[in-house]
Amino acid sequence: MLVGITILLVFQLIGEISAYFLGGFVPGPVIGMAMVAVVLTLTGGMTFLEPAHRQTVDTSRAILANLGILFVPAGVGIIQHLDLIRDRGFALLAIVLLSTVITLAVTVWVFILVKRLAGGYGHD
Amino acid sequence: MTDGLWVYLATSPLLWLAGTLVVWLAANGIAGLSPGNPLLNPIMLSIAVIAIVLLVAGIDYGTYFEGAQFIHFLMGPATVALGIPLYEKLSLVKSNLVPLLAALFMGSLTAVGSTVFLSHLFGFTPAVVASLAPKSTTAAVAMAISSGLKGDPALTAAVVVLTGICGAIIVTPMMNAMRIRDYSARGFAVGLTSHGIGTARAYSVDPVAGLISGIAMGLNAVLTSLIVHLFL
Repeated sequence: MLVGITILLVFQLIGEISAYFLGGFVPGPVIGMAMVAVVLTLTGGMTFLEPAHRQTVDTSRAILANLGILFVPAGVGIIQHLDLIRDRGFALLAIVLLSTVITLAVTVWVFILVKRLAGGYGHD
Repeated sequence: MTDGLWVYLATSPLLWLAGTLVVWLAANGIAGLSPGNPLLNPIMLSIAVIAIVLLVAGIDYGTYFEGAQFIHFLMGPATVALGIPLYEKLSLVKSNLVPLLAALFMGSLTAVGSTVFLSHLFGFTPAVVASLAPKSTTAAVAMAISSGLKGDPALTAAVVVLTGICGAIIVTPMMNAMRIRDYSARGFAVGLTSHGIGTARAYSVDPVAGLISGIAMGLNAVLTSLIVHLFL
């Protein structure tokens, strides 16, 4: 657990440092996420790193299994925007609903269409 | 005497940290009574209960956040942790690479593009548009993108949660109505659109849908942070 959380935090730190030098173009945790996936993949065959890999996987699973609670503190921030919700709440809800439906439809259609088109070429 | 205790506790981080955890566990318990019902979303329930308590008790958000920040901080490592399903399920990514990348690219453009277009249409200020634009990505990433674009991260957080809950509620009836039975496609769409909340929903429907949803959420976080600059 401790090894796992340390690895995640170190990758976040590396991500934040990179983000600083990139002028905040990409958020630090996103860079950390990409780096942790690449580094784990590249070091996948190294047996002496196996315990660290396992702990990182276990810690990540525990965090991702409880992902929902992490949205609560930020979501409660809605109480700072009660006036915007009172005045423009309907417009906000309409934007969220419409763009959610459109995005779901486009994503699922492109996925299925391209899968069918690419299916004939037999890549693994 | 009890008034004194309340004043003492209400301003300490411990009360709001412990309170958030207790409310979350209770909300999860209530949601667990009817697992198939997306309206009983534990995130929505928890936010509603805590918001009402704060408003009734006259506690400002800053005081609440003093305690809740310890939970909020884990958003960062949780975002890094999204890299793990990518690494673990590399074969799932590889075997679906072409449809996955195509859907990622088009979905991400649609998510940001439709939001920016609609919010201009409704006449919102540039600061609000910037706050809404990254709403399909997970909260930590969306808030970072929003503050980078001079938006309001608190508004972003609320809209991100709303987008997550909307997608989680809509996805199953919508995909059934569209007669889409490919669970990797369904999972990918809900993860891209509704980040962690959609992924939690996908896991409760189908394990493969959940995995690929987590992958979509991670990839969309990366792509959205790049493509918002095309729109704003």
